Amino acid sequence: MQVPAQVEYEKAASVQHALALLARYAPGARILAGGHSLIPMMKLRLAQPEVLIDINGIGSLRYIERVGGELRIGALARHADLLAAPMAGDHFTILHDAEAVIADPVVRNWGTIGGSLCQADPSEDLSAAFAALKGSMIVQGPDGSREVSARAFHTGPYETVVGPAEMLTEIRLPIRRDSGSAYLKVCRRAGDWAIGAAGAAVWLSGGLIADVGIGLTAVGAAHFVAAEAEEFLLGRPADEESFARAGEMAAEHCNPPSDQRGPADYKRHLVCELTTRVLRASVRRARGLEPAGGRAP
Amino acid sequence: MKITVTVNGADYARDVEPRLLLIHFLRDELGLTGSHWGCDTSNCGACVVWLDETPVKSCTVLAVMADGRRVTTVEALAIGTALDPVQEAFAVCHGLQCGFCTPGMMMTARWLLDHNPDPTPEEVREAISGQVCRCTGYENIVRSVLWAAKHDGPAEDEVAADEASGGHQ
Repeated sequence: MQVPAQVEYEKAASVQHALALLARYAPGARILAGGHSLIPMMKLRLAQPEVLIDINGIGSLRYIERVGGELRIGALARHADLLAAPMAGDHFTILHDAEAVIADPVVRNWGTIGGSLCQADPSEDLSAAFAALKGSMIVQGPDGSREVSARAFHTGPYETVVGPAEMLTEIRLPIRRDSGSAYLKVCRRAGDWAIGAAGAAVWLSGGLIADVGIGLTAVGAAHFVAAEAEEFLLGRPADEESFARAGEMAAEHCNPPSDQRGPADYKRHLVCELTTRVLRASVRRARGLEPAGGRAP
Repeated sequence: MKITVTVNGADYARDVEPRLLLIHFLRDELGLTGSHWGCDTSNCGACVVWLDETPVKSCTVLAVMADGRRVTTVEALAIGTALDPVQEAFAVCHGLQCGFCTPGMMMTARWLLDHNPDPTPEEVREAISGQVCRCTGYENIVRSVLWAAKHDGPAEDEVAADEASGGHQ
């Protein structure tokens, strides 16, 4: 039988209230959102907070909306919310690709976007997706809020820039024209963590790649990003030769562990193939060659 | 900590430890043993209940998180001795053998049909993809949910006419 260790519990009524509670109890406090990462960690004593600050009652943190040229996602939005939001799929197909393969429908009902990002599991899918989209995170603390690039948000496995008295409140994604995105994941069985996964976002100008983001999951890529492959693609034609070479570069520069999910060379093979495929799918989507809502091939 | 949870329409006030999991609250504090405590790691789905209107895995939710909310368990499916079509379907289509996964399967199935009354077999499989059955190979569970979809709601004579025409599997 797995039960968490003894813990105190506080219910936050607002972001300000949550921050006040964090200030009072930090560093022994943890924000409790969906709890679908934190509670299993507490059962295993991998996390043993003294105080849980439950933010599920802060309805104002659960939203997905367009503000100007950005899509904004409240930290308390559930995975199921993002998967069901047409606005997210219309602009960022990668988000629907990724959400459809995160855990399972029942877990997605309660697990939150912000919780997944703050858990910062190296095998978590959204970190790579948001890195590919070049989004940013809003972190609030006692001295106000700051905006952090998605690519600077993670400082290592299970570690982020969010301080002990701070909380993630929002994710922002710039909406840009002539773009397409996709995410592909290989796992051992339905609902499992990735053996490896890749996400891409491509912005086209004529037939050339004007900007590109490539995110990699579970394969030891620094900040979940294939930076060398991105750099290579800038200004190149959006064709098969470019995609294939970018795949090879992504595989070469990541650092996957050999573990129960497979040997490192197999994971590198996956990175190469998945990167090539998501780039191809992203470009097809940017050119309107794939119907909205379709899964990446 | 004092909490009040509305379970299957009745309010229950209890004083619980914050670390108590919702599944244990339901089973040990309230005696509602219909929801099963399975893998304890949110993988198997035997413990699925509705929190407000949403199916969740109650081994990964603290009882205190349900304070002030509504919880619906498998015990609420039947009204008196009248089975919910989903329950009837699992009996008719042999949707269970040992029955351990069944309460969770049925709560997810009921929710699916409430939101998608005419699902495809693929949609049923996706809906139950976070729940593990070691007896049926899932085929009969999928068949059960589709049977329930067919027998949800319509008047008795429609069902009779449908059955007479051999319209269901």
